Amino acid sequence: MGLLNLFSKAAPEAKVTQLPSGSFTVDRTGKIVASTLPRTFPEASAKEIGNTVIKVFQSASDAQLTLREVFIHYGGFKITARELRGGAIVFLSPKTMK
Amino acid sequence: MAAHHKIIILDDEPDLVELYKDLLSRLPSQPEVHAATSGARALALLEAEPFSLLLTDLNMPGMDGFQVLTLVRRRFPGLRTVVMSSLSDEQYRSRAYAMGIDLFLEKPRTQQEIQVFSDCIESLLEREEQGGFRGVQSKSLSDLIQLECLSLNSSVLKITNRSVEARIWINDGNVIDSEVGDLKGAEAFKTIMGWKTGNFEMLPADGARERTIFESYQGLLLDTAQALDEAQGAADQAAAEGTAPASALSPITRCKGVEYVLKIDAADPKKLDAWGVENPEKVAAWVHQTMQTLRTLGEKLVAGPLNQVECLGLQRHVAMLSRPDAELCVGLQRSLSHEEIRETMKDVATKWGS
Repeated sequence: MGLLNLFSKAAPEAKVTQLPSGSFTVDRTGKIVASTLPRTFPEASAKEIGNTVIKVFQSASDAQLTLREVFIHYGGFKITARELRGGAIVFLSPKTMK
Repeated sequence: MAAHHKIIILDDEPDLVELYKDLLSRLPSQPEVHAATSGARALALLEAEPFSLLLTDLNMPGMDGFQVLTLVRRRFPGLRTVVMSSLSDEQYRSRAYAMGIDLFLEKPRTQQEIQVFSDCIESLLEREEQGGFRGVQSKSLSDLIQLECLSLNSSVLKITNRSVEARIWINDGNVIDSEVGDLKGAEAFKTIMGWKTGNFEMLPADGARERTIFESYQGLLLDTAQALDEAQGAADQAAAEGTAPASALSPITRCKGVEYVLKIDAADPKKLDAWGVENPEKVAAWVHQTMQTLRTLGEKLVAGPLNQVECLGLQRHVAMLSRPDAELCVGLQRSLSHEEIRETMKDVATKWGS
């Protein structure tokens, strides 16, 4: 049944980035201070998430909307960010089907 | 005569692509099968001519399947998409469905699985021929209900409009109940029928559901059509007379805990429709910029579409919804809990979708 074996790649190397589950803390400059994210998740992506949520908090403050917590719902992913003296603690969780 | 279907298979393994090509070419509908071994090649083919179906692997070097699906959804929203993957992780399946695919299939390994795989693809192509029972984008909800009722079917129709979920119960060809948010019965049915877009799926019948709608389905559909015609007529008349129709935001302002509502046009962010906002231009600029930033982040992470954002504030809470044509920002009383905000936003999304 060599033909059928073709359908399954031998031990596929994961090239698709898995959305992580975990949390991390960023300071006001966007530097990651502590993290429980898996090592497989690129640090650059975590930094980008951190910078984005800090930007959201700062721009909201500029628009006179002082925020303390933000919940961002994507189709397959949820980001929760809590303001932390200029920085933020960020929780990431992939969504699964109920 | 059967329509002529064209399929693109995208997988980075040329041998596998040839095998799929051979397998799918022998389907009863005899589709024309094209192959691509990279996302860029598949997108180029899609740009060049219309296709019925894209079958894509997820695990590929360079542009992975999720990245391809993100671009395909944006550029070819009507294209049917199937993911075939050896990655059986639940998270991948959920992400792919969140991106609007039609089917997620694991790569077949046995003769029986190959048969199921072929049957699934053939069935999807057949559905395309019949007009595409995919959702109200390709078949109106009214058509679907009539079809279910005329066939004396029993089923539960689950309809999703962005983050709002609604259900219509059909038993032996009669619409017996419906539900969306806090609304139930005929009122919910009329709200659902007012939705212009969405997706639906058929669930097994629920014989135990209590009947709350006793009107015939024809009567219900006629009433709904009449109400929609009247609303459209009023809007057309107001436009002809140069008077502004009643704001579309009015129903939203009556949702629990709503302090203000702001709608921002996606094409022209300076075009606003506001109710109760102190400084609409400033808030609108923040909402538009924030939603753009979060959408960009979502695209980079390949996390699926941005559905909703809830912000807990010191003076008041703010929640935002996004649609291709507009963004909606709702200011909410500070006394609301996060759970209550989510409930209110379900209600807001239902009313906005209508």
